[in-house]
Amino acid sequence: MTWALIRGVLSGTIMYGVPLLYTTLGEVIGQRAGMVNLGLEGILLVGASVGFAVSSATGNPWVGIAAAAIAGAVFNLVYAFLVVTRKANQLASGLAVMFFGMGISAMIGRAFVGGGSKGLVRYQIPGISLFSWATNSMFSYDLLVYFAVPVAILVWWLLFRTRWGLSLRAVGESPSAAFAAGRRISLLKYQAALLCGLLGGIAGAHLSVALARTWSEGMTGGRGFIAVALVIFSKWHPLRAIVGAMLFGGSVTLQLQLQAQGASISPFLLNMIPYVLTLGVLLIWGGARRFAAPGGLGRVYSGEE
Amino acid sequence: MILAIALGAYAVVLLLAGKDPIKAYVDTFSFALGTRYGFSEVIVRMIPLLLTAIAVALPSRLGLINVGGEGQLYMGAWLATWGAITFTGLPQAVFVPVLIVLGFVGGGAWASIAGFLRAKGLVNETITTLLMNYIAPLIVGLSVYGFWRSREVGSAAFPQSVAFPDAARLPRFFDTRVHLGIILALVALLIFWFVMERTKWGLKMRAIGGNPEAARRLGIRLGTYIVVVMFIAGGIAGLAGMAEVSALHGRLRAGFSPGYGFMGFLISWLAGGNPLGILMMSFVLAVVFSGGTLLQITQGVPFAAINVLMAIILFVVLMKPRFSWSALTRNLLGRKP
Repeated sequence: MTWALIRGVLSGTIMYGVPLLYTTLGEVIGQRAGMVNLGLEGILLVGASVGFAVSSATGNPWVGIAAAAIAGAVFNLVYAFLVVTRKANQLASGLAVMFFGMGISAMIGRAFVGGGSKGLVRYQIPGISLFSWATNSMFSYDLLVYFAVPVAILVWWLLFRTRWGLSLRAVGESPSAAFAAGRRISLLKYQAALLCGLLGGIAGAHLSVALARTWSEGMTGGRGFIAVALVIFSKWHPLRAIVGAMLFGGSVTLQLQLQAQGASISPFLLNMIPYVLTLGVLLIWGGARRFAAPGGLGRVYSGEE
Repeated sequence: MILAIALGAYAVVLLLAGKDPIKAYVDTFSFALGTRYGFSEVIVRMIPLLLTAIAVALPSRLGLINVGGEGQLYMGAWLATWGAITFTGLPQAVFVPVLIVLGFVGGGAWASIAGFLRAKGLVNETITTLLMNYIAPLIVGLSVYGFWRSREVGSAAFPQSVAFPDAARLPRFFDTRVHLGIILALVALLIFWFVMERTKWGLKMRAIGGNPEAARRLGIRLGTYIVVVMFIAGGIAGLAGMAEVSALHGRLRAGFSPGYGFMGFLISWLAGGNPLGILMMSFVLAVVFSGGTLLQITQGVPFAAINVLMAIILFVVLMKPRFSWSALTRNLLGRKP
């Protein structure tokens, strides 16, 4: 273990953890409103392809990220229409959105396969140069990275400190109680899905525009599903999601750094680390989850409205 | 009807992408249904779709959601490859049954990990099977880039295992690529139908699926039951993987499945787990699938674009939940409900 490796792992953890954090926060909001969304994998892909295509076309990565956020939100509203308005099965609807995202992103991104991106402007943390051992170009990040933790706090504040959040969680815990209390269930669920899609779109765009700086088919590699697992790990809490996302980011980076350092382990074994780690984390947390899950998760509310 | 709406919506998508949808559909149908070769290819595609769909439909009777057909398919192929490379010299009459058993065990063991974790109440099977889909292809990749790697010319660019001995290839029929897998798939479907509709086991499974209390009253140990059902389901998906590598490729290749496992989930879901529905939806999706390959070649539409068509079919069905396959079966068999 050299300083270079440690430095690389630290900065990479943040870079790889951030898109996953945005995704997980989106899924936290959705699940708090009682919706399990497996379509997030598709939303990420749509965000990644739209973000990359629009940034390349306009030359401005921020326009691309905004377009990706809007595209993600629109696609997630399709999911919301199926599960809220049509009261369809959530898992099947999620997988339908996933298939749709896989296909449409391949079509959107086709013209951009192999293309490059300048990435987002990076800013150094003020004062980091005081720690001379860590002064390294790696320790400068784009604005989306700096916004990630504040966004997590914002989501926490929204969910736990506002009336809207209280209503949303009530919808997730017990739809009939929320209905009896005069909350508009469908509207709240649509709002949650909109936020979830926005965050998913941003996360996807961050992956393609800032992190990979290229587009390739299926580049999200199951991050949408890992986010679903991380929601369970973080017990449906936005602040614990930060830990979960960083843990995953760390495992991805460790694997990449080991490969870069020429470790004599097969890259296939290393590539398994994030998935195996996610499964392991779920196992350890498995016993506690049923006390933290929203009561109405995955159920269809068919009361009168 | 559903299909007409879906095809219409997909035509719009194709138009937006600057392709000619009418030519695409005419090409697809005249190739898939009008030519002997095209039709045989549709049947070839149907084999893994049927098997992976049964692998989803069976546990769904217990209320289990198996989204891991893709991973189970890979592991079935993986273990069968081990057998094909290790037991060289067996005659075909022995070798083929051995491969069938290995394919079954490979997929079954993989799926029963998820079943075990669910039975212990640790992790939900949906998320484990999904994540394990990403691990299984890596195990296959590890093997074909590593200890099973072929040293033949041309294997450097496309890593693959050494070729199976001829006796380890499933027999093919009528000078086409249609192979023994179709019989395996149809027999599996028939057994599935028979067990579910005509035996005590099927009835019991439904009772348990609805209600764990019922299982307790029946004196069934639910945990063991879940693991066994997942093992059988995974085994059926494993057969699909074994058949693909043994009959079509003759060797193990990294990433040999274009997402059959996910399509199986879709089929089973569209069919509501009904055997007749599975048969019909597999056929439809196999046509769509060969259309996807054709469009990739003739019009430069990425292969992944067929996912859009599948998603649209699913959207339409999800929006209109009235349709029932079991009612159709009853009508066709002329029985009163």
